[in-house]
Amino acid sequence: MKILMLGWELPPHNSGGLGVACYHMSKALAMAGASIDFVLPYRARHSDVDHMRIHHATGLRPELKAHLGSYDSGYVFERYLEDAKNPHTLRGVQRQYVKFIEKLAPELRPDVIHAHDWLTMEAGVRAKELTGAPLIVHVHATEFDRSGEHYGNPIVHEIEQHALLMADRIIAVSQLTKNIIVSQYGIPAEMVEVVHNAVNLDDFGPYNYDMRSYRYLEALKYEGHTIVALLTRFTIQKGLTHFMKAAARACEKYDRFVFLLAGDGELRDELIQLSADYGIADKVYFTGFVRGKQWRDVYSLADIFVLSSVSEPFGLTALEAAHHGNALIISRQSGVGEVLHSSLKYDFWDTDKLADQMVGIALSPSLAHELRENVKHEYARISWHDVAAKCMGIYRQTRSMALV
Amino acid sequence: MKKGIAVYLHVHQPYRIRPYSVFDIGQSHNYFDIFDDSDMNDEKILLKVAEKSYRPMISLLQTLLNRHEDFKVSLSITGDFIDQAERWAPDLLDGFRRLFETGRAELVAETYHHSLAFFFSRREFEAQVDMHRRKVQEVFGVTPKAFRNTELAYNDEVGKWADEAGYEVVLAEGWDKVLGWRSPNYVYRPVGTKNIKLLLKNYKLSDDMAFRFGDSHWSEWPLTSDKYIEWVRSSIGDGHLVNLFMDFETFGEHQWEDKGIFSFFEHFVNDWISHGNRFYTVSEAAHAFEPAGEISMPDTVTWADTERDLTAWLGNSMQNEAARHLYALENDIIRSGDLELINDWRYLQTSDHLYYMCTKWMSDGDIHAYFSPYSSPYDAFLYFMNAIRDVRWRVMQHHRLGGFDA
Repeated sequence: MKILMLGWELPPHNSGGLGVACYHMSKALAMAGASIDFVLPYRARHSDVDHMRIHHATGLRPELKAHLGSYDSGYVFERYLEDAKNPHTLRGVQRQYVKFIEKLAPELRPDVIHAHDWLTMEAGVRAKELTGAPLIVHVHATEFDRSGEHYGNPIVHEIEQHALLMADRIIAVSQLTKNIIVSQYGIPAEMVEVVHNAVNLDDFGPYNYDMRSYRYLEALKYEGHTIVALLTRFTIQKGLTHFMKAAARACEKYDRFVFLLAGDGELRDELIQLSADYGIADKVYFTGFVRGKQWRDVYSLADIFVLSSVSEPFGLTALEAAHHGNALIISRQSGVGEVLHSSLKYDFWDTDKLADQMVGIALSPSLAHELRENVKHEYARISWHDVAAKCMGIYRQTRSMALV
Repeated sequence: MKKGIAVYLHVHQPYRIRPYSVFDIGQSHNYFDIFDDSDMNDEKILLKVAEKSYRPMISLLQTLLNRHEDFKVSLSITGDFIDQAERWAPDLLDGFRRLFETGRAELVAETYHHSLAFFFSRREFEAQVDMHRRKVQEVFGVTPKAFRNTELAYNDEVGKWADEAGYEVVLAEGWDKVLGWRSPNYVYRPVGTKNIKLLLKNYKLSDDMAFRFGDSHWSEWPLTSDKYIEWVRSSIGDGHLVNLFMDFETFGEHQWEDKGIFSFFEHFVNDWISHGNRFYTVSEAAHAFEPAGEISMPDTVTWADTERDLTAWLGNSMQNEAARHLYALENDIIRSGDLELINDWRYLQTSDHLYYMCTKWMSDGDIHAYFSPYSSPYDAFLYFMNAIRDVRWRVMQHHRLGGFDA
């Protein structure tokens, strides 16, 4: 089975979970027998990738990709979308990407085209037009999610709408996302298959937590503080201003908390300001963007991991946190909650409830213990091999339908 | 009687906090030293300002003191500046010492660390004034008789404190909202005091030189010595004197040499004296005149911004949080007896750290009024808070609390 897979990033040049998911999915697919041609919008050496052929649609350096505008927020796009002729705008890169696919797709003659998210959807539709191969659109996030409760950028919405209509099959990373695709884009439910993401335990290879990265916080923990961690991009989608309010509410009841906000993003300054406004600035720690050991140590340090998103199609970080023995609190608007039942749930806007849950875990070692232990059985059941098996099934189905 | 002017110049450089992250806490106790190309590199900044401002202005002041018996000047020099000069440009201290040796340059007392300690801890404030007194005695061989609080932050309590501490004169901003119909060109007495005098900055004339001099859009540009002397003369009228208070760095740093600030100042001094007038040091001025009346400033007045209050340092919640956590550590820090720790804590009190967290310019758009080495006030806040946390780590270690007993 020859798959033309259209992606936007792969580790280490990823800005978030999409690149990680694409990497593991493609690897599991390759092991399941798929032959994959993977297209990236930038040029970089991916020496750790030998399970598929990587194509570079442009000569863009990967570090410049970040400056095109993150794909998280509908708002930041306006200026990047405007000028499609300028090769250094997001729209310009997308246009080059489509041009590249127009040349590549007919040469490759794939059995299936698998496009990830709106950034590659136009290219996916074009590839389908040129080759007649079935198009599978994989939705990791919609513009509806990215803009956090709002409609988002109409151009992005339009691109998504068109591709979802053109797709032969749609994969949603959660029931939550499927619901959005059905309700916000008017797609028939039977067109959409839910395939939850997984976590790759090999990513967490040999590792000794030496308690050094966050030495001061370890000391506070030893002194009885409860460490609440978030690891995310600071965008409107992530519900962090609600979280900050809940943190302040929690401190009113119990003040031995440390709130570790690992990550970076356009809302950082506002969050810093908020922490000071609420008078809890001293309890809130900002790490900036973390990767490698500093990233993994966040999970090792944390007692409680919060996923506070306003609209989160999946939420890979929750699986990672579960693996590291964190007690989980997940907003009901996060898809990962569909597979992690041993976690506390709250509506993203319900700051009192979140405060209550954080205090509850902090004050009850047995609750913390139960959450930690039980969630381990749940995350261990989901693997990328299951994801690959489901995708292969969908490939075969659409392929046979296309051949009829 | 000869008309008089008191020129008072303030010399200061802060130790700026380097990009001090969460990952540095408990690992590195170096909050300040960084030797890169950034504007956080204190050595780089000091050497630059030394070249552009300190050396040429010290030299000009020396020339004018040698030339005119009637030229006098007052200077305040922070401990932070002296510490940096000792490390990187000791010739500056020799230069200042020679000015004081003429007997016609007066050194004004203040807090060692250019801090706002007066508003948070009287004990810490007095400790810093005392440290400064001993430092300038050691370095320049002089004992100050005049006092100025950091940023000229003054209220009635400052006046009373300085009076009880035995100072002969205290300096403040001559702010219209306080003065009303009264003129800043008189010597006053702070309300509720017996002996001390109060000198008020003539901000219009001071700012003509300090802020507007090089501004070619200013209707009075270019400012000449003749024009300026005429303004000073008409401002004094029947009054005692005009007080020109400003940053020392006005000369060569805020106003550049190629705009003619040095030659302007030289001509202005020459012409003022040749017209039969004189200069005073601030203590001389206090002695020369009886107070024209009492001045009360219940609310704190500073020499910053159009508001002339403390909001450039303590105006937003980040600044208030930072200051609160900084001073909350006082007792534990002092009790530790750990001199390095106490010293680092005191360097963190320098008011500049709070100033870099100011967000006022975001509303009035006047970015240039708020120079900062950081990319945003939020970065300044994060680095500061992380440094505070490391200080706290060291305190905990000192007292051998379990988790910190590394």
